[in-house]
Amino acid sequence: MAAGAASGGSATTDTYKEARTWLLLPAWVTLSILVLAPVLMMLIYSFLTKEFRGGVIWEFSLAAYDQFFFDRGLFGDEPPKIEWTYITIFWRSIWQAAAATLLSLAIGFPTAYFIATRSENMRPVWVFLITIPYWVNLLIRTVSMKFLLRDQGPLNDFLMNIGLIDSPLHIVNTNFAVQLGLFYSYLPFMVLPIYAAVERYNFALSEAAADLYASKWTTLRRILLPAVKPGVFAGCILVFVPSMGSFLAPDLLGGAKNFMIGSLIEEQFKGNAGNWPFGAAASMVLLTMVLIILMFSARQQAKADKAGG
Amino acid sequence: MANKQFDIKSYPGFKGITLLCLVILYAPLVVVTVYSFNASQSLTNWEGVSLRWYSDVFTGPESGKFKTAAKNSFIIAIIAATTATTIATLAATGMVRGGKFRFRTVSFGLISLPLMVPEIVLAVATLIFFNSIGFERGLLTILLAHIAFCIPFAYLPISARMQGIEDSYEQAALDLYATKRQAFTKILLPLMMPGIISGFLLAFIVSLDDFIITNFVKGAGVETLPTAIFGSVKQGIKPNIMAISTMLLSVSIVMVTISYFVSKSDNTK
Repeated sequence: MAAGAASGGSATTDTYKEARTWLLLPAWVTLSILVLAPVLMMLIYSFLTKEFRGGVIWEFSLAAYDQFFFDRGLFGDEPPKIEWTYITIFWRSIWQAAAATLLSLAIGFPTAYFIATRSENMRPVWVFLITIPYWVNLLIRTVSMKFLLRDQGPLNDFLMNIGLIDSPLHIVNTNFAVQLGLFYSYLPFMVLPIYAAVERYNFALSEAAADLYASKWTTLRRILLPAVKPGVFAGCILVFVPSMGSFLAPDLLGGAKNFMIGSLIEEQFKGNAGNWPFGAAASMVLLTMVLIILMFSARQQAKADKAGG
Repeated sequence: MANKQFDIKSYPGFKGITLLCLVILYAPLVVVTVYSFNASQSLTNWEGVSLRWYSDVFTGPESGKFKTAAKNSFIIAIIAATTATTIATLAATGMVRGGKFRFRTVSFGLISLPLMVPEIVLAVATLIFFNSIGFERGLLTILLAHIAFCIPFAYLPISARMQGIEDSYEQAALDLYATKRQAFTKILLPLMMPGIISGFLLAFIVSLDDFIITNFVKGAGVETLPTAIFGSVKQGIKPNIMAISTMLLSVSIVMVTISYFVSKSDNTK
């Protein structure tokens, strides 16, 4: 992520060494109270007993995790079997996020490459064009997507008018609509790291390959791709992670059949299901998965940094 | 060949995909903007240009709800972005001008924590936290949550800017008997200003746009623009929603554009 840029500062100096505790204190305090403490409290809540109609009773219980992983029958007295309902929802989220990541890569890589090979003056303009939509409200973007893709929406109108199709394509409420929504939500996260990697790439390597009669696509696959792999990897992580826990795209574009983790969690706090410890437990499972992925990616990044010098 | 260099770099189809990418990114926004000016009551038919949905937003049956929501959104965004920018500026000074210290990595991890935790998880955690300490949900809980997740968005451009400023400027001031405080307020702060403005604007947009966390920590009956829009959209997309969306997306685009040009401007010369 931006970690490398902001922490490994060559421009770090010590003019305000004596004051640094005081300078950092507000950030430490605010984030400890408003982010760290809440996450710890969520961990505690996932081990408490549920109160009907929301909230908790302060009694230790493994019921939330038990409900997540095991099925003990309607009255809870049968021998435990694996509960597939929630694992399926998690699996679907992983799968959807992976599909959205592939879609972003398929479109994001050529885009990033194209931008990185523009003239130095034009590059920032292209980057700016790609990032603007990201700053527009995610809710508005998702609603706009839904409006565009509806059965009677402008896209179907257009395709029918030019005679490409006879009856409207049903896109909304499919898996593909969700993938498209996720792609739309996080595309800049794919483009920017790849762009940064390609920009640093030394094209003399490609020229050398061409001089040795490598075809263009061989050069791309065997020379360029290995060189920019860390950027591609970072882009995939940055799209995959937020996609997995997203709420708006599956909720607005997916419909009931395409339920993902985000909706499952939301339902525990908003809907009638109202099981807070279970919602906290599902959030903990999601957070654990994300942290494992981030740690894994940090190690890969460190390896790549070492190899690249 | 005259442009062998260019030839090696270009791949057939890449330009087409880039243009397709731009079309996918902008088509939904353009369509919503165009249809917000539709005179028709129905979403499907185009009946000419009109501002009726814009006047509906300000004077129609739902105008009261939207005005209150907009007021809440802007008040929260201004306070949250100002607070987060102040905290982030101080933190960036400590991190970039604080020399090497033991908790540097931990501090950076803490600052970027809101970016690493999935938004829905942060929303759940914040709701549970306020509930467990008996803090009643309302505008204040929204504001506190926003301050927290705005900090990294303000921090990143500010610290990036600061790393680009050599310390010779403040060292010169110190050599001329300025106090450290004077060197900070008179020299460093003005030099950092593009980064600070850019950070403020990004934090402002992120706060203005947030739906998920706000939806969890808002009290019953308290709405910001995104939660009000979401409530309406759940009943079906109506033309007045497109008018609001168009206004909101214009605000975002204008602010990002300002932020882009401000952060590019170089005032160290």
